[in-house]
Amino acid sequence: MEIKNVAVAGTTESSDIMFIISQNENPNVEIDLQSAVEKQYGDHIRQLIKDTVQQLGVKQVKIKAIDKGALDCTIKARLITAIFRAAEDNNFDWKVIDSWNA
Amino acid sequence: MFVPGMNAAMLRDAPLYGADSIMFDLEDAVSLKEKDAARILVHFALRTFDYGDVETVVRINGLDSTGCQDIEAMVTAGVNVIRLPKTETAQDIIDVDKVITEMEKKHDIPVGTTRMMAAIESAEGVLNAREIAKASDRLIGIALGAEDYVTNMKTKRYPDGQELFFARSYILHAARAAGIAAIDTVFSDVNDMEGFAREVELIKQLGFDGKSVINPRQIPVVNKIYAPTEKEINHAKDVIRAIREAEAKSSGVISLNGKMVDKPIVERAERVIALALAANLISKEEI
Repeated sequence: MEIKNVAVAGTTESSDIMFIISQNENPNVEIDLQSAVEKQYGDHIRQLIKDTVQQLGVKQVKIKAIDKGALDCTIKARLITAIFRAAEDNNFDWKVIDSWNA
Repeated sequence: MFVPGMNAAMLRDAPLYGADSIMFDLEDAVSLKEKDAARILVHFALRTFDYGDVETVVRINGLDSTGCQDIEAMVTAGVNVIRLPKTETAQDIIDVDKVITEMEKKHDIPVGTTRMMAAIESAEGVLNAREIAKASDRLIGIALGAEDYVTNMKTKRYPDGQELFFARSYILHAARAAGIAAIDTVFSDVNDMEGFAREVELIKQLGFDGKSVINPRQIPVVNKIYAPTEKEINHAKDVIRAIREAEAKSSGVISLNGKMVDKPIVERAERVIALALAANLISKEEI
């Protein structure tokens, strides 16, 4: 998927996470994470974000994330929403997405 | 209990409050620009959290907006029930049934797995309730949505609920004739617990199977009012025992304390036992 626009998804309410997705001039995935649970889960969340964008086939993107203690399923849901919005893509294939968690 | 589909914390916590059924809302509780986000969040919640014995329901958007996408996301997530908003005719049910069938086939899910509920929220919907209730084998219940209904009827909600008497009665008759459940509307003032309790007493008396709630605080009130009394439970146990004894003796006529026990009494006793079990007032071993 190709990132075409800046897109936002999620909220900064407790147990949620907000993602701000934008184009990256460098050919890589840049993650800027602010998390209320950084000390214990920061590395885990960054890895989850990396894995999810890789599964979505996104190779070049800037991701800013403001986490308020979201669970993994919320992090994935919000990130997928933000990436699809940024890629202006509405072709959601649940078979593929669910196969990542099978 | 209604749970907004955009609220991550409530999706996680919803099964903790003792509701029999949780209804994740993708319709009125979600703004237009967040429909995709709520749909994806609820899909992941349904695939992740263990809701145990609590029935999971999702209120979708109409087929004229994002309804088809909602149905695919929920059917693939394994939701128990799809709830239609603003159902006006039997055709509304048939149309949604068709989309659910398509999605079940597409995703190799046995056809018929996903059940349906319909919300009736207008004069047209109430008058068509009889046909609506019989429009699909998937349908397990119909519910009154009173806020839109009273607006359509050019009135508002009053404390005594007189303005809803016809709609409630007609929807109940339609549900009973079709052999499905009837669920009453929400009570919006979460601070008026006395008014809420009065309304629950009324709808129980009318014969509704349950009440929609919008706040966890309302759940114990419904459960308390619907829970059978000790006297009712003991009588129901006696009835069930009398039937078993009569069956063992191959006796056609059943009597209890000198009174004949006929079919309606048996049915009421079975319902009392079912409610007592649901409220954890008795265990299966006691019956």
